[in-house]
Amino acid sequence: MATLELQGLTKNFGATGVLKSLDLTLASGEMLVIVGASGCGKSTLLRLVAGLESPSSGRIILEGEDITNRDPSKRDIAMVFQNYALYPHMTVAQNMGYALKLRGETKEEIAQKVAETAKLLGLDELLGRRPGQLSGGQRQRVAMGRAIVRQPKLFLFDEPLSNLDAKLRVTMRAEIRRLQQRLGITSLYVTHDQVEAMTMADRLIVMEAGRASQIATPMEIFERPANLFVAQFIGSPAMNILQPSDAPSTGAPNNAVVGIRPEHVTLDANGLELLIDLVEPLGAETLIYGTLPSGQRLTLRRPGGPPGVANLRVAFPQEALHLFDSKTGERL
Amino acid sequence: MERRTLFPGKLLPIALMAPQLLLTFIFFLWPAARAIEESVTAANAFGTDTLFVGFDNFAALFTDSQYWSSVGRTLFFCAAVSLVAMTLGLLFANFADRNLRGKNWYRTFFIWPYAVAPALSAVVWVFLADPQIGLIGRYLGPNWNYGLNGNQAMGLVIAASAWKQVSYNFIFYLAALQSIPRSLVEAATLDGARGFTRFRTIIWPLLWPTTMFLLVVNLVYAAFDTFGTIYALTGGGPAGATETLVVKVYEDGYIGNDIGGSAAQSVALMVLVVALVSLQFKFLNRRTAA
Repeated sequence: MATLELQGLTKNFGATGVLKSLDLTLASGEMLVIVGASGCGKSTLLRLVAGLESPSSGRIILEGEDITNRDPSKRDIAMVFQNYALYPHMTVAQNMGYALKLRGETKEEIAQKVAETAKLLGLDELLGRRPGQLSGGQRQRVAMGRAIVRQPKLFLFDEPLSNLDAKLRVTMRAEIRRLQQRLGITSLYVTHDQVEAMTMADRLIVMEAGRASQIATPMEIFERPANLFVAQFIGSPAMNILQPSDAPSTGAPNNAVVGIRPEHVTLDANGLELLIDLVEPLGAETLIYGTLPSGQRLTLRRPGGPPGVANLRVAFPQEALHLFDSKTGERL
Repeated sequence: MERRTLFPGKLLPIALMAPQLLLTFIFFLWPAARAIEESVTAANAFGTDTLFVGFDNFAALFTDSQYWSSVGRTLFFCAAVSLVAMTLGLLFANFADRNLRGKNWYRTFFIWPYAVAPALSAVVWVFLADPQIGLIGRYLGPNWNYGLNGNQAMGLVIAASAWKQVSYNFIFYLAALQSIPRSLVEAATLDGARGFTRFRTIIWPLLWPTTMFLLVVNLVYAAFDTFGTIYALTGGGPAGATETLVVKVYEDGYIGNDIGGSAAQSVALMVLVVALVSLQFKFLNRRTAA
């Protein structure tokens, strides 16, 4: 059953279209991650669903009810903010119980629910503290707890991990995903980090300039990007994009461009010569940057250490190629 | 480690601080010392001779029922001015803390009353409230005459004094409101809080340090800086109905020529301010330490 349905959702700020007629359905218990560069409309999308902005046109349907014009306080949606937005004058317990108190639940009910959620998140010891006395990771957890304890119809995450350091981000990423799956939380998750997007999503929306470039599972998006933008946005290092003339052996038609991921380029004694200009050893693998005879730049990702030579001969296996229309950028 | 600029030598630091110290000395320390000195003396009727009388001036003051009624009046006046000025300041700051067209104009106009001299603002209020010629006063009927009715006079000086202070409170409350992260208010909204509930449970507690600060500033303003307004509007009358402590200091000292008694009142007032301000510092320090 669809929990959330967006129909032709559009948002204009003055003459600028920030979100251009987006259609989307979100199944119950699904984690849908919205990824895109800054300014692509992903945060606007989240704020529209939350009701913090009103759409220029289109409809938002939550569990079968049209909530397009409903006040945000009555939507039963919880949001985890980038800066956590914890109430600084309240203790952790008060922060978590705030929504329940407003709903008119009794003190005993609130205390019990808060205690359960706190236990789930390992916050038992911190219930009496104020946000100012917590570390970044703990605040993040309280923000999660505040959302979970309400048992809302929908969770919104607005880049919740971007204020954490790299190590904590990896831990929290896994923790959020585990909780989300365990509790069956239906979520919309906005991020600009493609690793976060790939690892956490059931399905992924790649957004570009207010449009959904592609909506699919992470692996589908990785293996069959719908257009040039998605192909270059997802995957790190980014996919190599070549003109047919750069690599005649591929036999690509002239109205196409050829994409190949760095890890799919093979070594071949009869292949094109690649003049290496930079090698980045990452330990388990090595990134090799160089130039083809046509002057086109190329990136390789090879298992193991640096090759120890100044140039390599490379080939582009047919089955690993992605062809895109050179005018529209759409996949051929 | 904090980076500090250190000045070598002694001359430069002294030269840099001298103007401020000089001002403090001439306009505060010296007069204060003279007030204390005068409060323990009595002068003869011609002011040609003074006599050390110890705490007699204070004893006379604290047993004077008129003094105590002025104290009571002043407390009421201060409380009323602070309440009105702060409530309006907060209300207007809330209105201005939105994306309104022309909000910069609105904000600028608001700050003007603060720049008007007390005596001038009193004249403006006379033009408004005078029973014969006042723009508003002439429509208030035959029962409106603040020159005869003490309660009306008190209401008028409260209004005039509060009016000048609203802008100050407005600026501070607006700054405080703008320093509340928008996401906090949004989070509260999504948690189900609307309108006044949201204000009461989230915004008001976050404004609390500002409120405490403004309360002391407003009390001190109402107690001391309103002399010009009150004196120009009612002269402390009718029949002493608006004679607050500062007005009484002036009346007794300069009109009644009781310099010693008036100085004793000043010293009592000074003690009160010191107490208020130290209370404020104590409170603010505790807030920042927490």
